[in-house]
Amino acid sequence: MTKSMKFSAKFGKFMFYFGNIVIGIIFVSPLIWMISASLKPEAKIFADMDSLATFLPIQASLDNYAEVFSRLNMPQVFKNTLLYIGLILIFDLLVNSMCGYALAKFDFKGKGAIMNLVIALMVLPMEAIMLPLYIEMSQLGWVNTLPALVVPFIAKCFSIYMFRQFFCDVPDELIEAAAIDGSSPAGTFFKIVVPISKTVYATVFILDFVAHWNDFMWPFLVMTGEDKRTIQLAVQSFFGTQPVHYSAIMAALVVSAIPMIIMFIFMQKYYVEGIASSGIKG
Amino acid sequence: MAKTKKLTGRKRDERITAYMFVAPAVILLIAFLVVPMIYTVYFSGFKYQIMRPDAIKFIGLENYQKLFSDKNFWIALKNTVYFTVLVVPIQCALALGLALLVSKKFRGVSIFRTMYFSPQLTSMVVIAVLWSVLYNANPNTGLINSLLVSLGMEPIKFLSDADTAMNSIIFMSAWQGAGYQMMIFLAGLQGIPKDQYEAAAVDGATKFKQFLYITLPGLKGTIKYVVMITMIQAMKLFTQPYIMTQGGPKNSTKTLVYYIYTQGFQKGNFGYACSIAAVFFVIVVTLSMAMKKVTAATD
Repeated sequence: MTKSMKFSAKFGKFMFYFGNIVIGIIFVSPLIWMISASLKPEAKIFADMDSLATFLPIQASLDNYAEVFSRLNMPQVFKNTLLYIGLILIFDLLVNSMCGYALAKFDFKGKGAIMNLVIALMVLPMEAIMLPLYIEMSQLGWVNTLPALVVPFIAKCFSIYMFRQFFCDVPDELIEAAAIDGSSPAGTFFKIVVPISKTVYATVFILDFVAHWNDFMWPFLVMTGEDKRTIQLAVQSFFGTQPVHYSAIMAALVVSAIPMIIMFIFMQKYYVEGIASSGIKG
Repeated sequence: MAKTKKLTGRKRDERITAYMFVAPAVILLIAFLVVPMIYTVYFSGFKYQIMRPDAIKFIGLENYQKLFSDKNFWIALKNTVYFTVLVVPIQCALALGLALLVSKKFRGVSIFRTMYFSPQLTSMVVIAVLWSVLYNANPNTGLINSLLVSLGMEPIKFLSDADTAMNSIIFMSAWQGAGYQMMIFLAGLQGIPKDQYEAAAVDGATKFKQFLYITLPGLKGTIKYVVMITMIQAMKLFTQPYIMTQGGPKNSTKTLVYYIYTQGFQKGNFGYACSIAAVFFVIVVTLSMAMKKVTAATD
């Protein structure tokens, strides 16, 4: 009895690993193919198509990457992308955390109304307002300039909500004590609350970085100049530009994913927590 | 109680600080979310050609009348609903299945978690370009068809056939998105007390019964949340058809957001596009309110 149970437990464990390995390999195979193809000459990609060799970087070289860098102005593209995201994030973290803190810890007239506004606007899809927003940008003379990518996306209802949730848990005694020591309400926030709230800042940072790094539609609408392109626009246009080389396209895809992978390696904990906490609290 | 009437110095300080703290965010939200939203509704009452801003004319509900008799609008709505109705259960079930595979601590669990999450590390643009290549109809240049042929099957015209194009996008989207929902499910699974499983195991309940009577009820809230965010995201489908099929073949992948883009930005029918956007907005908000109601009613 116990022997067969032991055996079935072992067998179950084996099946569990086996299942995970098979499903895991199927799951990542498109990405492995992308990386392997990015390292091969195009003719070799086609030649290997009908065998498992298609997943292996045979005759590997960085020629495809050289082609991407010579055809796309990658330093410029990266600069455009990181600059706009960096600017959004600086203001995003500042403005939304201040708002979230006020909603969590201060009493003032209109607080309930602002909280309702934030929650109501959370479901507002960007796609429903992109037409007038575009007109607004063009009236401000911002089309094809940095402010069009940055200014409309500083205030974020979801960020405000995340900050508020976090600051609600900061003990009132801490804030009282600072006030008794003569700290002003703003001073207490910046000198005492912010330094102990690194987790929530890191979480909002990584969630919003990813969202903007991946954003395609809005940059596509407002940034039409070739030298203004963000990374997603560069990748998308490269896909349609002659000569279409699969090998170089795959290299471009890999290049565009590298910053995300680096971010993930360093901020995995906050990223995963951010995703998970949205589910628990929402 | 006289104290409450007259603000103390500190209370007044706090109130001033509060207004200074909320003002930037609130001003930006109003300027770039509320105002455009109002203008979407406002412009939907006008005949407004982007090339002829001088010829703008109020036409009341005419755009909406035109919309409801516009064959392309109904096609776009049908495609959007079709995508949503299929992708939501597939992606959520896949995410839940993956979460169950990696919910327990075992050697290498973080490697498997990262594997399932990895499609999320690339953008939808990257995924759409990659899969356009994988889905290529020619078995000599498309990986999936090459595989099908070597297994002795007929190649499929994935993206170039009106019958399979949307399904191909659904399959790819579920693959790309499932890792995100998996992470939410993992957090939900942590919240189910372990002793419930132990008690059930002592009573001789099979794994399947444990799943049915402990895991699923324990995840009720999480499932509702995941279904809601996946549904709203699905309604916004644009990037995949724009890159992979340009709405074709035969309009089979043209979605509501795609139609807003085509009418507003390509054809310059700005007022008309705003009426589509307004309808789109009403649909999304109604859906999320309905989901919230359902969640509140059953909790």
